[in-house]
Amino acid sequence: AADAKRIGLGREALPEEIAAWNVDVRPDGTGLPPGSGSVAEGEEAFIAYCAVCHGDFAEGVGNWPKLAGGDGTLADKDPVKTVGSYWPYLSTAWDYVHRSMPFGAAQTLTVDETYAITAYILYSNFLVDDEFVLSNENFLEVEMPNADGFIVDDRAETEYPLFSEPACMENCKESVEITMRAAVLDVTPEDDGAAAAEEAMKETNADTAAD
Amino acid sequence: MTADNDKKGASRRAFLKGAVAAGSAVAGAGMARAAEPDPLITEVQEWASGLGEGVDATPYGLPIRFESDVVRRNVEWLTADTISSINFTPIHALDGTITPQGCAFERHHSGAIELKKEDYRLMINGLVDKPMIFTYADLERFPRENHVYFCECAANTGMEWAGAQLNGAQFTHGMIHNMEYSGVSLRTLLTEAGMETTGDLSDKWVYVEGADASSNGRSIPMDKALDDVLVAFKANGEALRKEHGYPVRLVVPGWEGNMWVKWLRRIEVMDGPVESREETSKYTDTLADGTSRKWTWVMDAKSVVTSPSPQSPITHGPGPLVITGLAWSGHGAITRVDVSIDGGKNWTQARLAAEGQTKALSRFYLEIDWDGSEMLLQSRAHDETGYVQPTKDQLREIRGENSIYHNNCIQTWWVKENGEAENVEVS
Repeated sequence: AADAKRIGLGREALPEEIAAWNVDVRPDGTGLPPGSGSVAEGEEAFIAYCAVCHGDFAEGVGNWPKLAGGDGTLADKDPVKTVGSYWPYLSTAWDYVHRSMPFGAAQTLTVDETYAITAYILYSNFLVDDEFVLSNENFLEVEMPNADGFIVDDRAETEYPLFSEPACMENCKESVEITMRAAVLDVTPEDDGAAAAEEAMKETNADTAAD
Repeated sequence: MTADNDKKGASRRAFLKGAVAAGSAVAGAGMARAAEPDPLITEVQEWASGLGEGVDATPYGLPIRFESDVVRRNVEWLTADTISSINFTPIHALDGTITPQGCAFERHHSGAIELKKEDYRLMINGLVDKPMIFTYADLERFPRENHVYFCECAANTGMEWAGAQLNGAQFTHGMIHNMEYSGVSLRTLLTEAGMETTGDLSDKWVYVEGADASSNGRSIPMDKALDDVLVAFKANGEALRKEHGYPVRLVVPGWEGNMWVKWLRRIEVMDGPVESREETSKYTDTLADGTSRKWTWVMDAKSVVTSPSPQSPITHGPGPLVITGLAWSGHGAITRVDVSIDGGKNWTQARLAAEGQTKALSRFYLEIDWDGSEMLLQSRAHDETGYVQPTKDQLREIRGENSIYHNNCIQTWWVKENGEAENVEVS
């Protein structure tokens, strides 16, 4: 690692500075601060801070993300990907809520509120009962249904050999038919900025949105 | 002509606009001959007689007003609001490879924040010899590098998985920009914090996060971090635009745009990935059987014909036609682009405007003599690894239709006899 000389710029970070910014939490619980919160406390906080977008039961309002439901839908035509149905680690939920939620007022939740809200999201996904109290002590005991649902990028094995064959240049197929047309859907914005989308499209496309 | 001419979609509107712009130009094969002298030549025009603007009129200029359609566009129904959302680069109207910053796409998760250089701090902590804080002024004193790279959103073309949906290259392929970055290599900054105590680097990671509310934290394996990742503060010669991470962003060559963390504030050296929201809930690619790929970092070879295209119809009639487009690969340089005008039955090798550069956009041209008949236009990129851009059906066969991200399929434009073009899928 000693392959270059230090230039001598910057200064040492102070412990208080690192503590303020280094708040990430990892799947093994590293980074979780001491604290706890119950489903009941979480429900109260969720109704106060979260439900306006995510619904009273974390089921989502309009186009805002659903945090609960969708279990068993990942292989469906339109999967519903929520904390319960999709997220592999509870640490991610705690970390993300604590650092980046509520949307527009991030970093306003206390540690205990974050435990409570996380507990309520688990309850909304039927993963714990209504008496449950989540803490840094029992955090890793919670089983996430889709924890084993992920594989590391395998394109190098499943795709690259197939797609590295010599390309056909002439008479590559007998006929070509148009099978689908964007103009039939007609959801492209017009130049005056008017929304061209119809309500039905909003619903069907929310899942394939940019994020 | 088809019944579509009655539709008032973007393509129709763009077509009419183009037709008007073409004015009284004589269409047809062969050399045109004017019936009457052109008054734009025979009469003295105002601009050839009066005065233009002084050099003090525009301290920092914008494009001339006649180019007002060359702008970023938003698609309202894609996202719940415009703060955690996306807009699109007008690639249909650009040429060359460098994206003008002012119309280069934006993707934010908590909006474009305003962070001045004086308030900027970069922290390096974790498994380093000495955790460090750098100011913006510190960063400008490190040895500097310049590189051109594309930044493509992982979701570019993502709305097209299930079919042909948005009618225009801007919308189907415009979550991309290509800039010349100036900055400091991440290796240089990590060296400054010292990695004597880090131990074996091969199993280490860096976690990078932004100063905005979303933070956009992502985990990057150390071998990539030490390879070609840049901490950049200039793009295309000037400071980063606010919406692109001013004053400092991460540049992660060839890898999905989400990892190009903007308003970069912290780099933590770790012995494993964080598995943050942006690498679990998002930027994971669900396959047909319901399992999902994670850590699909590289953007595979891809191309698109930018003109003709739905927003850039042919308005000049049959005869000489320039077919042009962009190609790129996260695995290295583009070596070749093929173009088909018959939906992939036959292909012709296009001309690269310049030798492909690693992990940067390449411009290609194919000049043809258009006979005025329908075309099904496609382009197919090859990169230096030998990878050939696949069709959408080839990708769907392996992945299904729900992977959202990493759609690098061959695009088809149906160019009609009247010069209009439409986004279609073909057999």
